[in-house]
Amino acid sequence: MRLSQAGEAALMLYLGDETSPAVSARVQAAAQAVEAALGDDLVDLVPSYASLLIIYNPLTTDHFSVGRRVRSAVGGLDTGNAGEGREVRLPVYYHPEAGEDLEALAQRAGLGVDEVIAIHSATEYRVYAIGFAPGFAYLGQVDERIAAPRLATPRQRVPRGAVAIADRQTAVYPAVSPGGWNLIGRCPTRMFDPAAEPTMPVAVGDRVRFEPIDRSRFLALGGEL
Amino acid sequence: MVQPGLMSLLQDGGRYGQQRIGLTTGGPLDPEAFALCNRLLGNDATATAVEVSFGGLVLTATVDTRICVTGAALPLRINGKEQARWCVHRVGAGDEIAVDFLTAGTAAGCRAYLGVAGGFSVAPQFGSSSTVVREHIGGLKGEKLQPGDTLPCAASSGGPLRRLPEALRPVYGNSVVLRVIPGYQQAHFSPLQQRRFYSSEYTVSERCDRMGYRLEGTAIACDIEGILSEGICFGAIQIPADGQPIVLLNDRQTIGGYPKIGAALSLDVARLVQLTPGATVRFEAVSRDAAHNALHLAAHRLRTLPLAEFSL
Repeated sequence: MRLSQAGEAALMLYLGDETSPAVSARVQAAAQAVEAALGDDLVDLVPSYASLLIIYNPLTTDHFSVGRRVRSAVGGLDTGNAGEGREVRLPVYYHPEAGEDLEALAQRAGLGVDEVIAIHSATEYRVYAIGFAPGFAYLGQVDERIAAPRLATPRQRVPRGAVAIADRQTAVYPAVSPGGWNLIGRCPTRMFDPAAEPTMPVAVGDRVRFEPIDRSRFLALGGEL
Repeated sequence: MVQPGLMSLLQDGGRYGQQRIGLTTGGPLDPEAFALCNRLLGNDATATAVEVSFGGLVLTATVDTRICVTGAALPLRINGKEQARWCVHRVGAGDEIAVDFLTAGTAAGCRAYLGVAGGFSVAPQFGSSSTVVREHIGGLKGEKLQPGDTLPCAASSGGPLRRLPEALRPVYGNSVVLRVIPGYQQAHFSPLQQRRFYSSEYTVSERCDRMGYRLEGTAIACDIEGILSEGICFGAIQIPADGQPIVLLNDRQTIGGYPKIGAALSLDVARLVQLTPGATVRFEAVSRDAAHNALHLAAHRLRTLPLAEFSL
């Protein structure tokens, strides 16, 4: 564990340096402990793969006090408290018409399209971080056989619901946006809906499984092509 | 709303506590001018106002109320007649209020705040009315203001007319020194690279917006190309592969994987955002304790600046 100053009112807590479920669980547990320890002095928390950005109110407290409280809250941290996370199932229509890079990715991997689908949907992913855009959940780790680098030229427009791979991460685009990830399918579940409660089907620490569905099921669930 | 101008956005104090679902903070780029606008009007410190970037805003009042314009020296006209900024004015239903474009060549800032007595009443989204266009969140429809929009506000009769004495108004020049709290991946920048960073003069590039101000000048090299994505605080100075610093602002992405050399002091960033492309920027390292003290002094000043009251 390492605590360093990030800005005039922010400390960064590093809880490891690799992407792993164990480090992620520590981040989760630390976020809960820090939130309880800082109370109203806390302005915002940004958990990520192996770190926790702690933003505090510099007019009500200072880095000495925040540092002391964070160290004592995280010192005897029991990662067991963070729990296993909920299991969330997300349906995906895997098909070249819904994932423009599916065939190219399969070819690059020396696999059939069916094999790529089988491998992608066989893994249980963990939500490591949420960011980039509202509701954009970074899921890992993708099986090395189907890991693929980002596109050399990002697309100007990736459709909402696009299921994509970049290196060993996978994600569902929550809204239309530019993007450089490899598109392999489409998910009809809304990943971010400001009007819904909760606004997102997943949270950091949750476990996600993708379930292959066919075209008609995809359309019946509200998916758009 | 007759004409919205180049970019006019409803902003309150900003959206906090939502970064874990990926929502950025938004909020006024120049919180000092924003806060003084509300203080002059006797509003809550975070009441919703319009942030006018570069000017071109024309509104017609539909109620009798009081208004105030602070920030950049964008000329304020009421029914065509130029009126003082940093000063509360009464307007009546039917009056035309314009925040004009800046006259060329003046180093006079580019963000002004138009406030109204009681603030504009906009339903908060995720706890705030601040507009973040990239996220389609806040404001009236998650967008910048459009012709024909109605900005709801209550009628207000009477109330004090206050102004900020001229000597106390901020001066927006054509350069800024950003005090920097070293941090984040600072250790991955060699002593030589750090010296280059703190001794070079940078220019504000054309690529400057509410997400970040990209600067041009001496390229800074980092030992590492990227890091495991982590949270990014306000003012963080990111150094991408081309070595040109980017100061990250209110609408920044919440997490990212570029190395950062430190974070700029918010008080100085409020001056940076008033600059336009071509203006110059330098960096100066300060301790976190000095930064902390500066924040307290500035907050105290904002609360206690003596405002003059006048009546017509």
